[in-house]
Amino acid sequence: MAKITVYFENKPYLVDDDLTVLEAAKICGYNIPNLCTWKKGRCSVASCRVCLVKVEGERRLVPSCAYPVRDGLKVFISDPQAVIARRTSVELLLSNHSLSCQTCKKNGKCELLEVSKRVGAEPEKYIGEKTPITYDDVAPGLVRDTSKCILCGRCIEACKDAQGIGILGFEKRGFNTFVGPAGNRSFSSVPCIQCGQCTLVCPTGALMEHNEIDKLDQAFAEGKYVIVQTAPAVRAAIGEEFGEKIGTPSTGKMVAALHRLGFYRVFDTNFAADLTICEEANEFIHRVITKTPGPMLTSCSPGWINYIEYYYPELIPHLSSCKSPHEMMGAIIKSYYAEKRGIDRSKICVVSIMPCTAKKYEKERDANSVDGIKDVDIVLTTRELGQLIRRSGIQWKKLPEEEFDNDLIGDYSGAGVIFGVTGGVMEAAIRTAFYILTNHELEPVEFTPCRGLEGIKEASVTILGNTYNIAICSGMKNAKVLLDQIKEGKSKYDFIEVMGCPGGCVNGGGQPYVYPLFLENEDDDILDTYIAKRANVLYEEDRSRKVRRSHLNPDIIELYKSYLTEYGSPLAHKLLHTHYNNKREKYPDIEEE
Amino acid sequence: MHLRKEAVDIIVNICNKYKDEPSPLMLILSETQKEYGYIPLEVQEIISKETGVPVSDIYGVVTFYSFFSLTPKGRFVIGVCLGTACYVKGGQNIIDKFSEILKIKPGQTTEDGLFTLDALRCIGACGIAPAISINGKVYPKVTLAQVPTIIEEYRKKDKEV
Repeated sequence: MAKITVYFENKPYLVDDDLTVLEAAKICGYNIPNLCTWKKGRCSVASCRVCLVKVEGERRLVPSCAYPVRDGLKVFISDPQAVIARRTSVELLLSNHSLSCQTCKKNGKCELLEVSKRVGAEPEKYIGEKTPITYDDVAPGLVRDTSKCILCGRCIEACKDAQGIGILGFEKRGFNTFVGPAGNRSFSSVPCIQCGQCTLVCPTGALMEHNEIDKLDQAFAEGKYVIVQTAPAVRAAIGEEFGEKIGTPSTGKMVAALHRLGFYRVFDTNFAADLTICEEANEFIHRVITKTPGPMLTSCSPGWINYIEYYYPELIPHLSSCKSPHEMMGAIIKSYYAEKRGIDRSKICVVSIMPCTAKKYEKERDANSVDGIKDVDIVLTTRELGQLIRRSGIQWKKLPEEEFDNDLIGDYSGAGVIFGVTGGVMEAAIRTAFYILTNHELEPVEFTPCRGLEGIKEASVTILGNTYNIAICSGMKNAKVLLDQIKEGKSKYDFIEVMGCPGGCVNGGGQPYVYPLFLENEDDDILDTYIAKRANVLYEEDRSRKVRRSHLNPDIIELYKSYLTEYGSPLAHKLLHTHYNNKREKYPDIEEE
Repeated sequence: MHLRKEAVDIIVNICNKYKDEPSPLMLILSETQKEYGYIPLEVQEIISKETGVPVSDIYGVVTFYSFFSLTPKGRFVIGVCLGTACYVKGGQNIIDKFSEILKIKPGQTTEDGLFTLDALRCIGACGIAPAISINGKVYPKVTLAQVPTIIEEYRKKDKEV
């Protein structure tokens, strides 16, 4: 890679020769407005025409996102013609946009709105016909509103790139073009796993999580015991909603905020993560003893569960039958906790704050209920929690640090915390499985081969002379590689951890948006580093916990002693295990309009 | 809807025929349209499975080109050219007249399954504008007065066979 000289506004800059004008400009200190670009070297179709600049020698303005730099190139961003063209591009996008910004839940994080502001666009400069719209809020996880779509194509790329699925595509042509699942179907009648990675890249409010704050308001109004739990990954990112730098630990303030929002109890899903580990490690050992054909696959990630049900139903017997941690938490709150505290379980409303949109779908599954009562009633994303805190007037910076409620099921180990990052479940499981098999603790407690953000990791662990091969993957594109191996009978693994989103829950589809446009104080490479920064928050918290092994969590020990009796007991099965659907149709028959 | 095995075989064969081409999708879709008559979602699913191209991509291509159809076409497909030359020479009036008589909109098929009306983009017959094409047969310089006659011609043809 050679260095070349490029001129911006007649000032010379030395840059790498493999960049686009847009990337070079960013490095040299010019943030050219743009909408369809989303990641280094990634501009799906150069469709938005918002990043037009003047280049000496070119007859016409060029899109800087798709124009490579070359030695001696002279770029003019503030050229009057370019300034006007950029504004016109945005005004034309707005002419076919819903313009309901005041009520749009993306307001404040809308790149289109921000770019409009920057280029000085007049929203109603061009008034005319609008493309017919589709509003799909049928799926529990995701909402699609084409009236806000600018056809940038980022979501299409994200679905293919992160998950290798490709649910979304351009349909029709010309003025009637829109983005959606095949046949303009709802997300609920196509094999969409509802992971929400598309919502992380949408520059407008066209793709968002299915907001459930109304349901929460109703639960409070009905006088229910509204008990909240938070997933590990939430604490690694919620601060970002309030301007904290990415990677700022926010556990204490998050808990303090929840205490001020009127919840009856504030619990940590990590307690249930510890419970999951006890059940899952036990299940793994049982499979080994009974010589069940391996590998066993983890079951914590509902996006991943959707994927295997849709795309590899024949491999479902490999899945752990454990419910995901927040579902276990809900089941325990509505049984053990309710009984010990004398609360009618039907009067409890369990709210899960999750980094995830697929969890919204997961809670609706019939198999995630006990005696007809759902384990979890409401799932809010990290972003919705941000909205909840803002609307209550709570000032983040003035919040103290508080602890989770220490009430029967309040304690959690460091092993539970690292569930939020790819490899965490495996590491936590190894810590406990080692103990169950040997009666000794694994030393040192950290099993670092599980760490890192590579798409597929592998390691082996030797316990009592037996070597177990393990693999860890995140993102369905990577999972596909390992699943194909199992299908072909070539898998050498005994235990595989799978997480739906690349990097694990810290990069879940419900996490705060990482849009460099709004993050002036972050480094230029923040899109490459934010996942590791969030992951580090969890590894730090693990290190700071006194108990770092799930099976040593005192509340877990008490739960088994006084209620569940032992790992994998019949009661544990009734409350904590689930079953899967191997007959999900990808494109079920629907009433055509 | 579930496809009969014969239908599935036809489509799988078409996919296999072109699978080593550098960009097989258009070829597969063209032949499927020809052999099967239309390309519903069920058929797209099979093509997706055989080629690894996501259904959403296939659907995008099928809805982009007016040559492909998501619904079965009629016995006679009336294509009215609305390319620039034909449009200037009154192609829109011609298609409106067909619409009026057949009581269907462009893109639709009559209830008896006899006619499908399609709006075409330039068929390369600008010298004889406005032009229409029915099952491949091209009619030059069509006038409004000819429209009912042409329709009758095909109604008769249907009864003959």
